[in-house]
Amino acid sequence: MPCVVGRSVARKEGRRKLSGQARYVDDLSLPGLVHGVTIRSAVPRGRLRDIRFGGDIPWDEFTVVTAADIPAENSVASILADQPFLVESEIRHAEEPVLLLAHPDRDMLEKARRAVELDVEPLPAVLSMDASGDVIQSYQIEKGDVDAAWEQAHLIVEGEYRTGAQEHLYIEPNGVLAVAAPQEGVTVWGSMQCPYYVHKALVRLFGLPDDKVCVIQCETGGGFGGKEDYPSIIAGHAALLAWKSGRPVKMVYDRAEDMAATTKRHPSRTRHRTAITGDGKLLAMEIDFSIDGGAYATLSPVVLSRGTIHAAGPYNCLNVRIRSRAMATNTPPNGAFRGFGAPQSLFAIERQMDRVARAAGLSPEEFRRRNFLAEGDATATGQVIREKLDLGGLMDRAFQLSDYHARRERFARQNRESSVKRGIGFACFMHGAGFTGSGERTLASVAGVEATSAGRVRVLAASAEIGQGANTVLAQIAAEALGIDYDLVDVAPPDTAAVPNSGPTVASRTTMVVGKLIESAAIGLKKTLMAAGLLGEVYSTRQFRAACRDYVALYGPLRSFSQYQAPPDIRWDDERFRGDAYGAFAWAVYVAQVAVDMVTYETRVEDFVAVQEVGRVVNPVLAAGQIEGGVAQAIGWALYENVVWRDGRMANARMTDYLVPTAADTPPIRVVFVENGYPHGPSGAKGIGELPMDGPAPAIAGAIENALGIAVDRLPILPETLEQALG
Amino acid sequence: MAEKIEIRFRVNGEDRAVRCWPMSRLLDVLRRELGLTGVKEGCGEGECGACAVLMDGELVNSCLIPAAQADGADILTVEGLSAGEELHPIQQAFLEEGGAQCGICTPGMVLAAKNLLDRNPAPEEREIREALAGNLCRCTGYVKIVDAVRRAGR
Amino acid sequence: MRSFAPDYELRTPGALAEALALLAHEPGQWKPMAGGTDLMALFEAGRLESKRLLNLQRLGELKGIEISEGQVSIGALTTYSEIRRHAELAREFPLLAQAARETGGVAIQNRGTLGGNIVNASPAGDSLPPLLVYEAELELVSARGARRVAYAVFHRGYRLMDLAADELLARIHLPRLGAGWRHYYRKVGGRRAQAISKVCFAGLLRSDSVRIALGAVAPTPVRCYRTEALLSGRQSSGDLIRAARDELQREISPIDDMRSTERYRRRVAGNLLEEFLRAV
Repeated sequence: MPCVVGRSVARKEGRRKLSGQARYVDDLSLPGLVHGVTIRSAVPRGRLRDIRFGGDIPWDEFTVVTAADIPAENSVASILADQPFLVESEIRHAEEPVLLLAHPDRDMLEKARRAVELDVEPLPAVLSMDASGDVIQSYQIEKGDVDAAWEQAHLIVEGEYRTGAQEHLYIEPNGVLAVAAPQEGVTVWGSMQCPYYVHKALVRLFGLPDDKVCVIQCETGGGFGGKEDYPSIIAGHAALLAWKSGRPVKMVYDRAEDMAATTKRHPSRTRHRTAITGDGKLLAMEIDFSIDGGAYATLSPVVLSRGTIHAAGPYNCLNVRIRSRAMATNTPPNGAFRGFGAPQSLFAIERQMDRVARAAGLSPEEFRRRNFLAEGDATATGQVIREKLDLGGLMDRAFQLSDYHARRERFARQNRESSVKRGIGFACFMHGAGFTGSGERTLASVAGVEATSAGRVRVLAASAEIGQGANTVLAQIAAEALGIDYDLVDVAPPDTAAVPNSGPTVASRTTMVVGKLIESAAIGLKKTLMAAGLLGEVYSTRQFRAACRDYVALYGPLRSFSQYQAPPDIRWDDERFRGDAYGAFAWAVYVAQVAVDMVTYETRVEDFVAVQEVGRVVNPVLAAGQIEGGVAQAIGWALYENVVWRDGRMANARMTDYLVPTAADTPPIRVVFVENGYPHGPSGAKGIGELPMDGPAPAIAGAIENALGIAVDRLPILPETLEQALG
Repeated sequence: MAEKIEIRFRVNGEDRAVRCWPMSRLLDVLRRELGLTGVKEGCGEGECGACAVLMDGELVNSCLIPAAQADGADILTVEGLSAGEELHPIQQAFLEEGGAQCGICTPGMVLAAKNLLDRNPAPEEREIREALAGNLCRCTGYVKIVDAVRRAGR
Repeated sequence: MRSFAPDYELRTPGALAEALALLAHEPGQWKPMAGGTDLMALFEAGRLESKRLLNLQRLGELKGIEISEGQVSIGALTTYSEIRRHAELAREFPLLAQAARETGGVAIQNRGTLGGNIVNASPAGDSLPPLLVYEAELELVSARGARRVAYAVFHRGYRLMDLAADELLARIHLPRLGAGWRHYYRKVGGRRAQAISKVCFAGLLRSDSVRIALGAVAPTPVRCYRTEALLSGRQSSGDLIRAARDELQREISPIDDMRSTERYRRRVAGNLLEEFLRAV
């Protein structure tokens, strides 16, 4: 039996990506295609009075869609139903979509876009979280007795930490292609992470039965959460134009529109109050965590919940209170972005732990060693750690690889005489894989495998390959479970008409949750073939192929499905926010080495070590790729990426003005995986997609503090920030 | 209003003629008139390099080239790099090292790698990073891209 | 893509005389286009006002680097890559080669031209401070003839130049530098490549004289004569550096903008001056 899991097999769709044959949505076309564009509000809050179609434009050649054209519900299906597809009269944020235009000529369309004038009566807008009193959602976690604990504190330390918005900047902008007709239904192809989310949104928008809506994910050029829920909106828009015009409609955003109008990472503000004992042990933590949701709820309730649950970090503390809230502002709604609230709250706790360590006269390392969670301890939600957990060991490994102690000493000496000050810092953290709490149970995902008449196997899942390697990993898991060659397994394109709803491609769940379903389904398929007498206990890939061909010839289609079953030992209370928040956590310690140039105040990350325990590594090259990419993206968030706001709009919505790190800016990144099999993951795998986003920013801030002796508690840490802090 | 022009150029080894506006972007001419959708648009500003092609042997951003300036040029896109089913050694190195994740930056990145290796067959890491600095990738953190270029250079 | 391509004319003269005749006949009507990196970015952002463009790419008189005894003559259409690759130019005028290396990335360097950078007249142009300290002279041509303008007085204000409506920038002349100069250049951008300057500093120093020019800290690239005068021929000391830093602040006028702040630019300009003085 070939061993497939654990090997760096080639990416399933790699060849076509390398040869330029991969088809992303803008590469697709249909006869009679027209292009669509969105007209948006320039004003953050107001009342729409009129729409004027000016200029020298042949308007009779255009299809125009407003809210009045919406067949069923003008409401984007999400957690709350508060966001319209198109403005009716109330405008709640700049860039809010007001009307849609379609025309066969993409360039003429752009000319027309500029000729539409919106007459808006402006209203006062709330543009910052601090100025808002409008709460979208709030949570409170209580563990032990925080109030009593203050009395016994040896030391109490407070801190406030802030993080800014972040733009996903997937290199492929949002885009969809839609065909629609009242008699036939709606079909949409697009760049997306969650075909079934889009399906649900279109069903509601058009009031169609499920089987009249079909959503197909095309090759997608990056997502990072930015294509989790946003595609429902662009899909709805393109479909509305198709519905009205009777023509296929392609809508692809240009970069400026994508940056300004679509979702971003929630800005955050965290306040910490920490009490410790005389021997440096955590006694109480009171945490106040706020995020800016923008104008509509979208996914803010769940971003908030994940950020809240991660807010106390990988530390053992008997008395914890976490109060959190998502605030509404008149800015474009924020949404999912890799990490989903956890990078924000983990930045804060890690910076706070450094602050407390310093106040206690302990090294950041020693303080943590005394307070790490271990097997048998409980998290802030009361989840008992039921696996071997050795954070101290991970930290030691990371220190050894990064030469942490020796470099720290050497830099301290060298910095005295140098105009480039070096520092080394670290962060310890965890990331829960899968949906929070009862989320997976509610999703009740289904995935399957099919044996074809050609004797091949197809994975049937709605998981979207967005670069992370989903196709490859799911094929590996299926091949492993079936005991056949990886090359025999294909992955069906995520088409809601053809694959079951295995849930969204988010929350670090694809390998761990969907992979497990594929593993189970594959075992079921194998058993069916054996029960039919077509396969022995031991067989070759060739024999397996023959068995599939024979079965299909004799009995018809052979498909095996598996539905999510919550592991029996997971208990979660949604009301009190207590219990087992996640099936599994991945654990990590990251070390960053920086060089701060005292002439320009620029910080450069020179070296980076990422050590993590992830259950089991399914594909070493792909897994390392996830960590490396996440680290680079987090380096961007920490040091380079700054959203400039002017009157509620992103003023720097161009790649020239919003900087992400280039190959000349990023360091070599050394990745080490430690394995500790998770019993409910396929071959023991946990999820890792978001994990690497959580550690780099606090590690870098710690390194800068080590280099300069100043604590920086806000992101991004721009050269301008450091110049000002140094005085 | 301009008049359309005819440009004649060589694309992936074939002589082609296209009618277009003088200020049509080379990117659009390649994608729309010649069906070479392997050339990607990431930003329309010349910042991301996804649209990069080789023009007369030099790496350029096709979104910044008006069609009139491509008249008479010799263009290579990613489609011209592979010979049918066979991948070019640079593409093969990317495949083996994991240098492509979502793949959208890959065509430009591979051509940037070719542009470097054509001039500097055994570059150091610093040289690789500088040569690829005009090609943004949001997925890989560049580590395996650098590894792939190093491997292709050996 | 935010422009309607059919609205834009582009003409490609085959020879300089043809180009100049057109400019003479219809002055101010035609925007010269070299490599196109600046103009095409504006075009795609929907901000290119000129609808008639003059493609200079066939004009051989505007190309090539010529070395003669007294000067180096660089054609306006010389690309950054060509500057980088020219060994003699790089040896004698290293700040120009360094600026070329730090402009954009390889794909931009293959198209962007020195002439284009000059007439685009962004105060943040990377090659411009080196041209100031190398005391470049511009050769402007028209149907009326040719004239030379010291680069030091070419920029009259924010994006205002001593360039008549019928003129083209043809060549950039750099007087040969004698021996004994130390060169210093530093560009400070938001990242290591593909970044617009926040502050840009070029400096030359010899025993008896010093030349200092900065970019992105004033409406035009600026040569700091008063700071130079303070430093010229004087022995370096902590006090002198402090005095020079103060004088420099009086010669620059940076602003807050999307990329950076006045405060940062002032501080870093002073730090670059100090680094220059200590290094050379």
